Amino acid sequence: MNSTVHNRILRIARREVFRIATRPLYLFCMIIAPLFCYLFFTTLMWNGLPTDMPAGVVDLDNTATTRSIIRNLDAFQQTKIVAHYPSFADARKAMQQGKIYAFYHIPEGTTDKALASRQPKVSFYTNYSYLVAGSLLYKDQRTMSELAGGAIGRATLYAKGATEDQAMAFLQPIVIDSHILNNPWLNYSVYLSNTILPGILMLLIFMTTVYTIGNEMKTNTQKEWMSMADNSITVALTGKLLPQTLVFFVMATFYNAYLYGFLHYPCNSGILPMLFAGLLLVLASQAFGVFLFGLFTTVRLALSTASLWGMISFSISGMSFPVMAMNPALQALANLFPLRHYFLIYVDLALNGYPLIYAWHSVVALMLFMLLPFLILKRLRTVLLHYVYIP
Amino acid sequence: MKEYKFKHIIPQGIKDLFYIWWQELKAVVKDQGVLIFFILVPLGYPLLYTFIYTNETVREVPAAVVDNNRSSLSREYLRLVDAGADLEIVSHCSDMEEAKTLLKNGKIYGIIYIPESFSRDIAKGIQTHVTIYCDMSGMLYYKAMLTANTNASLMMNKQIKIERSGHTTDRQDEVSTAPIAYEDISIFNPQNGFASFLIPAVLILIIQQTLLLGVGLSAGTARENNRFRDLIPMSRHYHGTLRIVLGKSLTYLMIYAVMAAYMLCLVPKMFSLVQIAQAGTLAAFMLPYILACIFFAMTCSIFIHHREACMMIYVFTSVPLLFISGISWPGAAIPPYWKVISWLFPSTFGINGFVRINTMGATLADVLTEYRVLWIQAGVYFLTTCIVYRRQITLSRKHVYERLKEIKKDVNQMPSKIVYKSKTK
Repeated sequence: MNSTVHNRILRIARREVFRIATRPLYLFCMIIAPLFCYLFFTTLMWNGLPTDMPAGVVDLDNTATTRSIIRNLDAFQQTKIVAHYPSFADARKAMQQGKIYAFYHIPEGTTDKALASRQPKVSFYTNYSYLVAGSLLYKDQRTMSELAGGAIGRATLYAKGATEDQAMAFLQPIVIDSHILNNPWLNYSVYLSNTILPGILMLLIFMTTVYTIGNEMKTNTQKEWMSMADNSITVALTGKLLPQTLVFFVMATFYNAYLYGFLHYPCNSGILPMLFAGLLLVLASQAFGVFLFGLFTTVRLALSTASLWGMISFSISGMSFPVMAMNPALQALANLFPLRHYFLIYVDLALNGYPLIYAWHSVVALMLFMLLPFLILKRLRTVLLHYVYIP
Repeated sequence: MKEYKFKHIIPQGIKDLFYIWWQELKAVVKDQGVLIFFILVPLGYPLLYTFIYTNETVREVPAAVVDNNRSSLSREYLRLVDAGADLEIVSHCSDMEEAKTLLKNGKIYGIIYIPESFSRDIAKGIQTHVTIYCDMSGMLYYKAMLTANTNASLMMNKQIKIERSGHTTDRQDEVSTAPIAYEDISIFNPQNGFASFLIPAVLILIIQQTLLLGVGLSAGTARENNRFRDLIPMSRHYHGTLRIVLGKSLTYLMIYAVMAAYMLCLVPKMFSLVQIAQAGTLAAFMLPYILACIFFAMTCSIFIHHREACMMIYVFTSVPLLFISGISWPGAAIPPYWKVISWLFPSTFGINGFVRINTMGATLADVLTEYRVLWIQAGVYFLTTCIVYRRQITLSRKHVYERLKEIKKDVNQMPSKIVYKSKTK
């Protein structure tokens, strides 16, 4: 054992490459599964914002005015009137059968009452059991209801001799101009894929790392591995994880290139900081995987915890449901999930284009994750040198 | 002779069935890993998930204001914005740069900009514009910003109109500001909440995923403990396909009847989510779902050759399966090719049916398509399970006979080696 440290690392790395190449499971977890998810999520949400969501109408009045309201509602981008129902009960039934997400209800006599200034009331029902579809349809239906009232008011004002500007200024003195920063298309894929793809990769890194160490114990080759490293746990781990770091970093680079280069999602910071974030994610996830194995020392518990941590990440990262709306205990807990920090970095860099310094908390947090293995190195060494495999 | 045989086979098969059922139950209870997936995860995960989303929606999103008008009108507008539950004005900035710095530091998620001419425009009777800037790191921030400002502007518009038109009665005022009144009703999820929307889908998905994991894990274990890496042990009880498949699935069905009752009845109750299912409908719908999941998991389990492999393969699929089911992402917006793929999984129909039964009070007739497809899936996956198990039985027999032949040859050639081997064992 006269070889230098880097020679030993290279030899272990070469051994690891062979181990990876001979097991299809590695190929699946490191390349096929992430690639599948990249394609899956981006093609699933290809349109960005869902359009033509099915909605229904219960038009009990059925006059030229109400028909024009319905036509206008149908013309909205997100709404598609798929059916007319004779009664409220039928529309509710259709909703329960999953045919429509919302319906617009116009009672009998609406037009007469409106003309006679007796203020009729229309209503719309939105099913928020499907939150995305419900929110989109709600917006259209509410706008339509405002416009319907406005149209009658405008006609009255025109009749009194007001100009269009005067009429609009009377009907809507204050207008809201909304500026949707950096995702003006309200593209759901931009909003979700940017975190889900790294999240999937992170989950797979956790599991692959735990598995690759556990597999040494299982095949009873850990002594051989340690002796190649001259019983130095640092050398052993470095050599073993290096090939995986490379592959996973390539996969991280790939989703960056795919999202920002091919799909042109907003990347206001430039690609380099995001590649750096990708590298941080890969290293932090690997370190976390090593830490889990060192902590539990059994493959079963370490893998279970890795999958628990990976799955909870999606919810607790705050990408869909904001962390600030969670219980304070969970807000603190969220910091223990690498995906949470990656999400914050992504928001500051790619989405909003702020300088890296604004995301320093998260960068430091991911780096702290990389230090985790040092807590269990000694224990892991003992385990590898002296323990036997427990399934 | 033949009659005797037939009469003999049936009781023997049933006896074997219950033997296998008992063996599988023992294996499940003894194996910590399987217990984690069958008991611990179904018990714990739903609680954790629901706890994350239990606040349903985001309230009091911090926002900053750049009020260049500083009049009583602009202050009234801001008071209206702040009064709603959606936004909280945490800072009044002197200019946009100051507000942007707050945005960059993550102190606020939106900026409301009121132009200098705000009150003058209103007094002159021309339209004035309030500009809002929304941070898009979350759709809910945007929704809160937009809702709060739209509501405030509509309310103020109404007051302004009333002042301008100078009617005599309140009723006249009201009619002229809104010739057609409207009312929005959130049906089936009255709080517009995240938990009520996502949790039912997650609960159903957990049933399928934990079954996949647990059954896969026990199959992997069975193979690793087997001398020939075979799924089916060589024992006189394991001769018929039907008794193995039925015996094992009976174990899983028993466990999941209990777990499903806990997840689908108790968990929503604990967090007071929407729950308007009729007990009979729910039970009738869940039976084919659990059966379809069990046989689906058993069919998939033949691909699992090692204990750990099942976790590595199955866990990540939960996220795509949740999206493809049509809850997270509206079913109407799913491209047709993904829709067709989604039909392979019981979860797609299970989730859609359960959400409608549980959250929307649908009857069995309303979810007839899903209900039928689940029975079809249960049937198809039962057949595939039988086919793959049949193959496993012949495989394991072949392995045993081959080994037997080898041993015979070994015995003939060099008996000493065998003796040595059996001693070390």
